[in-house]
Amino acid sequence: MVARALPSREEVLAILDTVMDPEVPVLSVRELGIVRDVTVDAEGAVTVTVTPTYSGCPAIRVIEDDIVTAIRAAGISDVRMRTTYAPAWTTDWIAPDARAKLKAYGIAPPGRADSGGALVQLMRARPSAQCPYCDSYETEVRSEFGSTACKSVCWCRSCGQPFEEFKAH
Amino acid sequence: MTSPSVVPAPRAAPNALFEYLLRLGDDRLVLGHRVSEWCGHGPILEEDIATSNVALDLLGQATMFLRLAGEVEGKGRDEDALAYFREVVEFRNCHLVELPKGDFAFTTARQFLFDVHAVVLLDALSRSTHAELAAIAAKALKEAKYHVRHSAEWMVKLGDGTDESHRRLQTAVDDLWRFTPEMFASDAVDRAMIELGIAPDLAELRVQWEALVRDVAERATLTLPHDTPRAAHVRGGRTGAHTEHLGHILAEMQIIARSHPGATW
Repeated sequence: MVARALPSREEVLAILDTVMDPEVPVLSVRELGIVRDVTVDAEGAVTVTVTPTYSGCPAIRVIEDDIVTAIRAAGISDVRMRTTYAPAWTTDWIAPDARAKLKAYGIAPPGRADSGGALVQLMRARPSAQCPYCDSYETEVRSEFGSTACKSVCWCRSCGQPFEEFKAH
Repeated sequence: MTSPSVVPAPRAAPNALFEYLLRLGDDRLVLGHRVSEWCGHGPILEEDIATSNVALDLLGQATMFLRLAGEVEGKGRDEDALAYFREVVEFRNCHLVELPKGDFAFTTARQFLFDVHAVVLLDALSRSTHAELAAIAAKALKEAKYHVRHSAEWMVKLGDGTDESHRRLQTAVDDLWRFTPEMFASDAVDRAMIELGIAPDLAELRVQWEALVRDVAERATLTLPHDTPRAAHVRGGRTGAHTEHLGHILAEMQIIARSHPGATW
């Protein structure tokens, strides 16, 4: 083995930009807000702190494996994963350019996450999602639960197309 | 409805926080398993997906609470060891969550009664003096809020629906009501948690819970049963006395892990 130079934090962050979410493969784990922190100690050991999206998200183990594999592929052998729960993950961390990627992929980006509010709300009091195909706001939620925990199923009254929405969370 | 079997309750464990975390974790582990029984059997595709999603969230929350419980216990047990290698008498869930899934009205009513309990409890726990518990509660609360929105909407749809859906839901609420006081029953474990500022007073939460439940029940044109002395008889889950149903759940849940210890795939 040829000894490599100590990795820099920027180098690790650049690697993480290439690790895509397995369920939404147009967003990297950084764009999704899963990666909360990266540290490199004096010996070159890398610690990546992640937070799960939903507590039951079955993809979290795959995501952690993908992160470790990608960093090791760059010749960095000492990689540690850390999990944090606070602050709780929110879709408000997804930046505008990442939202544009979601829309181009056919998933309506999330609206603003509800913070606070009544503990028991019967109906969703929020603007309807914009159809990612025809841009109409004449849409309705067909089911709050979709193919993955992070998506709901919507329907566009204008173009008659069903589509998924990334849930505001 | 089967009466709980009579098992002598063990003495209070020395580590109250460990016991308390088991209660939080086991409620969600057992209910998550129950709800997952609808996977492939939902009345419509959307509800099949919805119940599976809710089950997954509950299992995820159970994982967080049980992992912390294992760390607090300090005997090297992780969340899998606690889920798969404890016996019935070591489980700390309330009876409400272990009852068989019944029809969709029964599942809806049970979920609603639990979800309202979950939001008021997790909201209070998000201000716990125990930082890790507060963080887990804050995360789980976000999920519990859309769980209760879903179950509350179904309460109204079924209760204020057809004669048949109303009859089934009212029957479910009548059958389940006597299992609800156990969610708010306090013992030495709860009192120790309250003294340390780790957990809220369950008696106060019950007032908040009942107001929220009544509000939805009225919209659903349901009549809430009156509390009866029988209600006091349903207890024991927090100290390991369970209905016969829990053993059947555990048999299904634990058999793979016990048949092939340490297996990975």
